[in-house]
Order: sequence, then C-alpha cells, then structure tokens
Amino acid sequence: MQKLGKIIKVSGPLVVASGMDDAKMYDVVKVSEKKLIGEIIELKGDKASIQVYEETSGLGPDEPVYPTDKPLSVELGPGLLTSIYDGIQRPLQAIEAKAKSPYITRGIEANGIDRKKKWEFVPTVKNGDTVGEGDVIGEVDETSLIKHKVMVPPGVKGKIEGIKKGEYTVEDTIAKVGSTNISMMQIWPIRQPRPVQSQLLPTEPLLTGQRVIDAFFPVVKGGTACVPGPFGSGKTVVQHQLAKWADADVIIFIGCGERGNEMTDVLQEFPELIDPKTGKALMERTVLIANTSNMPVAAREASVYTGITIAEYFRDMGYKVALMADSTSRWAEALREMSGRLEEMPGEEGYPAYLGSRTASFYERAGYVTCLGSDKREGSLTVIGAVSPPGGDLSEPVTQNTLRVVKVFWGLDAQLAYRRHFPAINWLTSYSLYYNDVNPFMKQNAGDDWPEMRTQAMDLLQQEARLQEIVRLVGVEALSAKEQLVLDTAKAIREDFLHQNAFDDVDTYTSAKKMYWMLKAILTFHHEGIKALDAGKELKQLIELPIKDKIAKAKMIEEKNMSELEKLTEQIKSEINK
Amino acid sequence: MLKQYKTVTEIAGPLMIVEGIKDVKYEEMVEVELSDGSKRRGRVLEITDKHAVVQMFEDSRGLEVKGAKATFLGKTMEVGVSKDMLGRVFDGAGTPKDGLPQIVAEKKLDINGAPVNPYSRDYPNAFIQTGISTIDGLNTLVRGQKLPIFSGSGLPHAEFAAQIARQAKVVKPDGTSEGNFAVVFAAMGITYEESEFFINQFKETGAIERAVLYVNLANDPVIERITLPRIALTTAEYLAFELGLHVLVILTDMTNYCEALREISAARKEIPGRRGYPGYLYTDLSTIYERAGRLKGRQGSITQIPVLTMPEDDKTHPIPDLTGYITEGQIMLSRELHRKGIYPAVDVLPSLSRLKDKGIGEGKTRDDHSGVLNQLFAAYARGKEAKELAVILGEAALSDADKKYAQFADEFEDKFVRQRLDEDRTIKETLDLAWKLLAILPKSELKRVKEEHVEKYLPK
Repeated sequence: MQKLGKIIKVSGPLVVASGMDDAKMYDVVKVSEKKLIGEIIELKGDKASIQVYEETSGLGPDEPVYPTDKPLSVELGPGLLTSIYDGIQRPLQAIEAKAKSPYITRGIEANGIDRKKKWEFVPTVKNGDTVGEGDVIGEVDETSLIKHKVMVPPGVKGKIEGIKKGEYTVEDTIAKVGSTNISMMQIWPIRQPRPVQSQLLPTEPLLTGQRVIDAFFPVVKGGTACVPGPFGSGKTVVQHQLAKWADADVIIFIGCGERGNEMTDVLQEFPELIDPKTGKALMERTVLIANTSNMPVAAREASVYTGITIAEYFRDMGYKVALMADSTSRWAEALREMSGRLEEMPGEEGYPAYLGSRTASFYERAGYVTCLGSDKREGSLTVIGAVSPPGGDLSEPVTQNTLRVVKVFWGLDAQLAYRRHFPAINWLTSYSLYYNDVNPFMKQNAGDDWPEMRTQAMDLLQQEARLQEIVRLVGVEALSAKEQLVLDTAKAIREDFLHQNAFDDVDTYTSAKKMYWMLKAILTFHHEGIKALDAGKELKQLIELPIKDKIAKAKMIEEKNMSELEKLTEQIKSEINK
Repeated sequence: MLKQYKTVTEIAGPLMIVEGIKDVKYEEMVEVELSDGSKRRGRVLEITDKHAVVQMFEDSRGLEVKGAKATFLGKTMEVGVSKDMLGRVFDGAGTPKDGLPQIVAEKKLDINGAPVNPYSRDYPNAFIQTGISTIDGLNTLVRGQKLPIFSGSGLPHAEFAAQIARQAKVVKPDGTSEGNFAVVFAAMGITYEESEFFINQFKETGAIERAVLYVNLANDPVIERITLPRIALTTAEYLAFELGLHVLVILTDMTNYCEALREISAARKEIPGRRGYPGYLYTDLSTIYERAGRLKGRQGSITQIPVLTMPEDDKTHPIPDLTGYITEGQIMLSRELHRKGIYPAVDVLPSLSRLKDKGIGEGKTRDDHSGVLNQLFAAYARGKEAKELAVILGEAALSDADKKYAQFADEFEDKFVRQRLDEDRTIKETLDLAWKLLAILPKSELKRVKEEHVEKYLPK
C-alpha cells in the first residue's frame, strides 16, 4: 500500500502536496477524492508540486493525493485512428457519454482505447520464430485505409509462442515473446521519445498540392515547418488544406488552446471529408486532439506530447506521418502560466528560461528514421507547428525559439489576406532550407529544369518588389518596357500561380507536374516577350495577347487534361512570334 | 456550523489574508463582517495549510485587520437565475439595481461554468440579421458566434452596439423573424451617461422586456468587473440552453475587465506578462469568450458581441490581440471614417467574420451573397489603393479603370457603410444596394461574381 500525500496549497491549476517523498518527477497522481488527474512537475523535500489537468475549484488543504507511480502515458494500439481526444487522451465522445452533459465535468476517467472492441488479428510470423524489439508480428485492419501493425514493444525479444489468428480485444494476449505476454496495446510515457534504430537524412518532399508551398517553400517528409500568422491571416485554412492534401499516410491534428467553434468545425468537417487519393473518409487516417482554450491549461501543455507520441507510434509501423499543432504559442503560454505559479525566475516576456530547450526537443522528435525491427522499414514524422505571435510581432520568444529549430518558415501576411490573396504566404519573407534535398525528386517528377525555374520565378518576384518602389515614387511610365514586362510577369506569378482557391474543386490541389507546366507557361511568356521586345515589338501588343487569358485560366485545367497544359507553352511561342 | 475566523492578518489592495484556517477550499466564497456590522464578500484565490488569500469583490475601503470576522461559506460563487430576470437591471454581484425586489431563483448556478466539450458543440451556421449593411453584407454574424467590436476612445461604439442589440433578429429565408430572442447586457466600468444611454435605448424600443442588464459603473468597485461578465454569461446560458432562447450577449468594455484583472494580478505580486497584464490573460479571456456557442440537441444559442476600446487605436495591444485570437473575427471601427462623419464607422478591410461562409448563401441569405461579398472587398481595396495613388501622383495619373474604382470607393463609404442610427436594412436591401454600387464599375471588372448573378441582379 502506497503512502498517500496531503494537499498543503492550491493555486489555480497548481497543487502542492506534502508526504510525497516516494514520488518521482513526472509521475501521475490522483488528487483528492474527486480523483483529478495531475502530474508532478517539481519536488522539494517531501513536497511535490502537481499540475492538475482539471479545474481545481473546491479543493483544499488536507485532502489526499494518490500516487500511481507511473508517468503520464498514452495507450497505443488499434482504435487510435478516427478518435477525437482531449489533451490527455480521453476520448471526447466517451466524456460526453459519461458526463451525460455537454460540459466537461471533473474526475471522468475514460480509456484512450476501447477495451471491448474486438479486432481481427492476422499474424505475420510463426510460432517458434525469433523476434526482437520493433518486429511486426501481425496486422489488424484498423480502418479501410490503414493496416495497423502490431509490433514487439521496445526492450522485448525472444521466441514467439502461442500466436494465432483470431479476434482479440486490445488487452488479450495474442502471443508470448520469450517470457513476456504481448497484447495489441502498448503504453508509452508521452514525454519520452519512442526509440528508433537510426535517423536518416530526409530527401523526399511532402507534397501538399499547394503551389506556393510545393514550388517555393517545400517541406520534406520528416522535416519541420512553422507557420506564424497574425489572426485573420488564413492560418487555419492553410492547416486544413495540409491535412487534406499532404501525401502522408496518417495525419495527427492537435488543436491546442484554440477556439471551440473552430474545433467543432474540424470535428464535424473532417469525418465528412473524403480523402482525395482513396475516396475514403479522411478521418480513417486521422487522429484529432482537441483541447480548446477554455479547457484546463495543464492539459493543453500535455496535448502536444500526447499527439506526438501517437504520431511516433504510427511512424514506427513504417508510415509517413504528418503532425500539425495549432497553436504552439498556446502551449508555450501554458508553460508560462505553470512556471509563474511555481514562482520560477522568468526569462523573456515572462516565459520560462527553458522555453527554448523544450521547443527544440519537441521539434527534434520529427525525422526520417529507420524504425526498430529487423526488416529495417523506414518511417517519417513531419511536424508542422503554427505559432500565433502577439500583434504579428515575429521577434517574440515563441516564434524566435521555433525559428531556431525548424527549417521551413511560411510567413503568413495579414496584408495579403486583406487583399484576399490566399494562401497568404508572403513570398519575400518565407524560406525553406530543403531546396537541395528535394531537387533530385523534383527534377524527376516535375521537370529537369525545375530548380532553375524556381530560382527565376523567385528572382522575378524580388525584382517586382524593387520596381514597385520606383513605381510608387514616379509612376509606371518611368520604367523601361522590359521592366514593365517584369512587373507583368511577376503579377502573373502572383495571381495566376501563387494564388490558389482552397474552395474550388479543381484549384484546391495541384500536382508537381501541373505546377511545373503552369510556371513554365508564365516563364515562357516572359522569355519570349523579352526576345520580342528586343526585336522591336511594342509592350502593349504583348500584354494584350489573348493567350494571356489562357495562362490565367491554366489553374482551372483538370489534372486529367494535362496535355492541354503542355501544349500551352508551344502556343505561347507561336503567338508571340506571329 | 460555519466557522468565523478573526485571524485576518493583512489587507493589500483587493486582497485579504486570513490565517489559521481549516477545511477551506479553493474558490470558496467568503463573507467578511466588519466591526460596524456591515458585510463584504470575497472569494478564495489561493489556499495553503496556513493561510488563505481572499479576493474581495467590493471596495476595500473600510476593511480592517483587527475587527474583521471572516466566514467561509463552503460553496463556490453561485448566481440565482430565473425567467423573471428579463427586464431587470443588476449590479456586478447580482443584486437588483432597479429598486425592485430580489428575484426568486429557480436554480442556483456556479458562475464559472464548465468548459464545453467540443464534441458536444454544434457548429454555428444560422444567419442573424443586424440591419447593418457592413455586418450583414460583408462580415455576417451567425448564431453562436463571438464577434467583438474593436473601437477606440471617442468612437461611437456605444451607439453601434445599441443599434445591433435593438435590431438583431433571426430571419427565416421567407423574411419573417423568430421571436425567441433575448439580450444580456453586461457593462463593466462604463460611465453613468453611457449606461443611461443603453438603458434608455432598451426602454424606448421596448427591448428591455427581453433584456437582462448587468451594470458596473466607472465608480463602482473594480473587482466586481471580474465577476460581472461571468454572472451575465451564466444567466445567458440559463436563458439559452434551459429556456431555449437565442441570446445576444453584449460585453462592454472588455478593456476595463482586463485592467481589473491586471490590478488583482499586481496586488498578488505575480510575474507580469506583456504590458503588465498577467501571463494567463489569454486563458482567462477564453473562459469568457468561449461561453458563446450552440450545443447539440439544445434549442437556444449564445452570440457574443464584446466591445473593447483599443488603447491608442493599437490593435497589437495585448487586449485586442488576445481577443482576436479567441473570437471568430472582429469588427473594426475607423477613426478616419468617423472624422469624415460616416456612421457606423466600420473599417471594412480589416474587419472579418470567420464564420460567415456557413451562414450565407441560398436558403440562408441569397445565392449571390458570397460572390458579392468578395467583389465588394476586392473593389473597395482597389479603390482605396487608387485613391492613395491619386494623392501622390494626382488624379490625372490614374487609369480609367482606377478612376472608376476610386469613385466606387467613395460611393461605397457614402451609401453602403453610412447608415442612419435607426436604419434597419434587410439583407435583401443590403445586397441590392451592393449591386447598385457595383454597377459603377465596368462589367468586365466583375470577376468575382458569377455570370448568372450579374444577369439576374445587376441593375440595367
């Protein structure tokens, strides 16, 4: 029988208890008779500071604290996909059923994975085989899209015994490895990264179908990206587009401290979304974690770890996983709030001094890896974090600490959003450090001269910015014909290429090939135009060519009519040189 | 038997420390009896095994260390609610302010509410007609939304909010309105004049019959501003989810609320975040704003219109900034338009309603709404750019198209944005007006509206 602790202080989500000398850091405890879930975040003598994941009103000194001796963990196994969890992996649906109320009442315990549901388990190894940690011993059709691979947990190896096809719940023993009974469920502490065999350098782009991202600021499978944006700049739409279109096998979406109605939109919309590639419901490859801003702040802190641990688990099966966290600023604020209550010495803007290291170690859990297991399968985990800089000021600590670790920056711009240019990713301030990594892939899948085209297009946009300043001072007439053509081409790149309508059935997704031909058309017009100007043609003639209209409408050409788009380049040449 | 403690040891600002306590709970209510027999109320803000920090709700003037007796009431702060609250005026502690007797509570509810399970929410998608073109046409409000008004000192946000409260109704596609509408009005730290203005507005139009007013004036205790919005929202939740009314909650002025919060935080010697506001300002605001919404399987809804004045018209100030991250859009008022004598001075371009897409279109407003909205935004933005250019280069330097756009921008401000205080435009009137203005532009420029809608609606 374990010794009980005793509450000596309550201040918001922070509870201090004495008599906790046996406790370990980050152990989970149950606070008071209400059994509120909490986690130990500081130990001093026999006193433990506990962050409580539920509302603490009505708690008082002398109430008991029950240790569990376990760190905060998530349950991993079949049943994860299609689930909607709160920050500490309680399914929201189960909470509703247990609370019998639309409100989240306190002290509700709900298993992350349904214990009663039976899954059809098909072994992939035979009795007598020797297996090691991470080896796949069987499969379950978790949804129609994803085969759930049942793996030997880390640290276990030996001879397989008693493995048999059949229907099991997640707790049933499906086999014995050495002396360990294996069930389909693993339990893993959320703050500890799941082990891998080795980390690899990422090379393959995570295609998102969003032209400004795939063309100009690509992210790789296993990479990290950051989307900062002031409110109203269309951050949410960008994230939803990524969730819909990114070529990942599994999507984990963490709504961390965001709006309730927006989360409801996600919860209602995702199950209805159809995965464009398979025609099945998108939800079948998605796990949602929803911890809205008014839900307890400590659970918000945990939610990103809950999410990334689930993501790592699917990566371990050899899947390409994309994780989106919206927004990590709210997570950082939760850290700040807890730090303030612990009376720690504050760093910049009141954030704790360890903000940078916590942020870095979170993003480092992304990567392209060789998973544990003798088949050396490869999996990847891409992390895309949104930050919400106050007042759009990127110099604030959360953004800066994030930029130090991520390699892609999609700078959303409120000005662009006002002009209804979506996605409002600013092409001058954004960057990606993965160009060299994705070039070989793009050469093969888009076109041989893709890297040069990209550089040219970005150069034109840069020139435009410079020329615009002159125009603002002295008017467009002061520019030479060639410079005016640059402006015209840059405008085409902006409006006909970068601008993309998420709500249009055709425009919402663009393949690498289509993207290539679209940009090719715009650049061909430019090159041929320059030549024509040299040959003495009038600028006005060029700009008023009817083919321009065709270039503008290229985005509406469906993927299956690609040849139409390929022909466009030749048409431009012949029309200009007529 | 409740115990009385005579062990008050310290009073600092709105905080009081009581020592040697037993069995006291976090957030418990406290009643303090002073030596002259008067009683004050407070709430436990922090509790240890030795002492409790109590936040007093009323003025701390006259509080004393020696003669004070603190009684812990064994319950968290509750408010009694009933249907009879409609038509009444209360203060920040929930006591009647209109000279009428206390209400007989049908139910007692915890003012803090519990977070709504996102899974149990229903997505807001029903159009509310406010009769104001810039809102209905461009930044459409839907039931269950929270849409703040970002204003500045000296701008007519009070008139504007009152007009919305007066005119707001739920319109069915056939033009008739639903009757089960109510207003909860929460005023924090506003002046007597402003408060009278609102009360009179409600009285004149008879709207008071379906309104509950909570008023804390500028010279009332600051601390009541912390509980007032929570009491108001608890009432709203009762009206909406128990009685099935569609409740519009107007919270004014949130800046005063945040300042009160900062005051308490400073008194507790907490580590300040930006501009001295506590680090938990975002979380705290969200516990107010997030109480808007709809619930699955329940009739009513809560729509919030918080009003806040941006210090120095700066929208990056922590209050508007954090508000903008929680609410679903914002209506910005512009000093420039106000100076031009345009009421309501809604700055259209930075205003936004995030939920509008689900509340407009066929069956809700009209089939052309979405196209018209985008066209108006784009044309007005272009028109304003053209006008800026004209300032630098002279009007002659503008292209013919740009001249039309500049004209459009002027007419748009004059006819579409400008509205009389009592002008209640239906959504149909608003959209027809928009088409009339779009007719200024060459037909070829109308790229964002559908061809068929141009045929159908553009005046010939």
